Amino acid sequence: MAKLRQCAIYGKGGIGKSTTTQNLVAALAESGKKVMIVGCDPKADSTRLILHSKAQNTVMHLAAEAGSVEDLELEDVMAIGFGGVKCVESGGPEPGVGCAGRGVITAINFLEEEGAYDEDLDFVFYDVLGDVVCGGFAMPIRENKAQEIYIVCSGEMMAMYAANNIAKGIVKYANSGGVRLAGLICNSRKTDREDELIMALAAKLGTQMIHFVPRDNAVQHAEIRRMTVIEYDPTAKQADEYRALANKINNNTKFVIPTPIEMEELEELLMEFGIMEAEDESVVGKTAAELAAEAA
Amino acid sequence: MAALTREATEALIAEVLEVYPEKAKKDRAKHLMINDKTLESSKKCITSNRKSLPGVMTMRGCAYAGSKGVVWGPIKDIISISHGPIGCGQYARAGRRNYYVGTTGVDAFCELNFTSDFQEKDIVFGGDKKLAKLIEEIEQLFPLNKGISVQSECPIGLIGDDIEAVSKKAAAAIGKPVVPVRCEGFRGVSQSLGHHIANDSVRDWILSNRDGQAFETTPYDVAILGDYNIGGDAWASRILLEQMGLRVVAQWSGDGTLAEMENTPKVKLNLLHCYRSMNYISRHMEEKYGIPWLEYNFFGPTKIAESLRKIASFFDDKIKEGAERVIAQHKEMMDAVIAKYRPRLEGKKVMLYVGGLRPRHVVGAYEDLGMEVVGTGYEFAHNDDYDRTIKDMGDATLIYDDVTGYEFEEFVKACKPDLIGSGIKEKYVFHKMGVPFRQLHSWDYSGPYHGVDGFAIFARDMDMTLNNPCWSKLTPPWVKKDEVAEKKAA
Repeated sequence: MAKLRQCAIYGKGGIGKSTTTQNLVAALAESGKKVMIVGCDPKADSTRLILHSKAQNTVMHLAAEAGSVEDLELEDVMAIGFGGVKCVESGGPEPGVGCAGRGVITAINFLEEEGAYDEDLDFVFYDVLGDVVCGGFAMPIRENKAQEIYIVCSGEMMAMYAANNIAKGIVKYANSGGVRLAGLICNSRKTDREDELIMALAAKLGTQMIHFVPRDNAVQHAEIRRMTVIEYDPTAKQADEYRALANKINNNTKFVIPTPIEMEELEELLMEFGIMEAEDESVVGKTAAELAAEAA
Repeated sequence: MAALTREATEALIAEVLEVYPEKAKKDRAKHLMINDKTLESSKKCITSNRKSLPGVMTMRGCAYAGSKGVVWGPIKDIISISHGPIGCGQYARAGRRNYYVGTTGVDAFCELNFTSDFQEKDIVFGGDKKLAKLIEEIEQLFPLNKGISVQSECPIGLIGDDIEAVSKKAAAAIGKPVVPVRCEGFRGVSQSLGHHIANDSVRDWILSNRDGQAFETTPYDVAILGDYNIGGDAWASRILLEQMGLRVVAQWSGDGTLAEMENTPKVKLNLLHCYRSMNYISRHMEEKYGIPWLEYNFFGPTKIAESLRKIASFFDDKIKEGAERVIAQHKEMMDAVIAKYRPRLEGKKVMLYVGGLRPRHVVGAYEDLGMEVVGTGYEFAHNDDYDRTIKDMGDATLIYDDVTGYEFEEFVKACKPDLIGSGIKEKYVFHKMGVPFRQLHSWDYSGPYHGVDGFAIFARDMDMTLNNPCWSKLTPPWVKKDEVAEKKAA
């Protein structure tokens, strides 16, 4: 049996991490792989397409109800969905209260202690919220957890900016543990020359664009039915895209310590692709009135 | 006369510092000084209120300790909630012997531990709901409480719980003050910031509650500030003030009540014993209500007489005569105490290392007994404390700020004091070194030490510690005395 591969999916909020992860996992499951998804986001929407549910009961909510996390059993928190995919959501507080990061730490510790990472599994995917805002959200990439990080991004400036920041976070943990950047997944927003741009960014980060996922309404159609494209319409062209991504990840061997770039370098890249205009230093810090006076 | 000459003390400091790495040496050097009574300010010769170095075994506490343990905890009819995990509340429970009159659990609550006992889920989902529930339950189970304070432990600040909103809502619901206190332990460098935060929260949530309300005053109303009634200290102080004709409206905060604190803005003079922990609220009352404040010292007959006269100088002849009468009235007893103990203690050397006021305030009491304080220091003082200390200590004596375990041991070895006054953490180290030791935080479960009554107990305790026959029995009979000497020399 092959060694369990643990992968974490990061990326800017709203970029499509959860959708991409679940479609990818569905494709892996379809090809016979045993997969587990661990949602690391208080919103708990990382498993809904696999389970056809609104939101799965989360480890932290169940723990709060039971009294403490020690009162839970693994079967209480784990659900089985499409293709035998095991699903767990860490859960956490509503926005603005408590500590979501601690929730992720508690939930992952619980899964480890309860033996959720059993020997039959081929893959574990951690679907982590927006940005690595604190230590809790770095939990999946600390020692003995995820070894491969995939960053979902698009050709938009903020998505690339976030990708670069996440690469910085990986460097920190790469030096103390074994975590590596395994590639950028471009979830297309149909910006100009998007594939070239992400390939250029990937090159600068020392990694690869592992796959370019085109934009397709089939994803939305499936989502409305709380399904992955793989399950909803296995014949769709988009399903093949996710199968291709799954195949590339399955065969991926390019794991690197990323080389994040400086802000200036990123801006140059964006300017090169016409996403950002060159800064006009002469207008910095000037009010509208001052500029009007200058123009006159 | 100092135990060591100025040159010898300088050499001692240099020698002690020698073992430190360069950076630590440079830092610690700034916290050690040799006293020079002619100095006006301590600024040039000692640094204080700075972060302790890792690894030095500092004796400091945290902001929570300063707020819950020192300022808020002793108010007997307010329930102080230790908001967070269990340890802070449980290990700080009833540790400071703040005596009070009342029925514990009915109308007085100091010795109980009220805590929200945070669990993992409270961290993740926030503790606001639990806090609201806790206040509701407190109100049901302990209806005679007069108010509630919420003492934040570290996690509260980390997870951003809105204890202010919960407190406001709860206060409206129960019709009593509920005071949120942001005294998370990681704030500041010692318990000192906790005192300040506690003072500020009293200022913001308590002090002006009865402004504009009728209160029958007298021209002789005073408040005792910064006396925590450890072993009954505030009672022994209060009685002297009352004997001289003053009316003590409030005790802050030992055996104190919420009503007393709320009425304090009506007094004529604030009497401040522990300057460090309550100068903030004293200054505020001076600014807002025009109430002058006066530092006093009720340790030992000399300082007591000095302080009583100083206090009386704020009032009319009736009180001035009262002060003289009180001094005269107790003179015989004080003389008798000195006559009994001074011959047994004369010429003995003392080293101190304590907290807020005692490193300088008890110097006079020791001197009344013919003893000499050869070294002193504070855990968490600021430089205004050292400014005051310079005047009370002898020339060329050693002064140490936030002293490290190693430094204190070395200083004791060199200065060879006959008695050390410090805390529980230091006590057994020096016992093992065979040096008589008294706890000067808790009075070693004795007290009071303030006032006339306190001095008699103070003198007795110093004598029974210092002249205890046990100190000559430290060498077991099967070890010869010269073997011990050889071992020490080696």
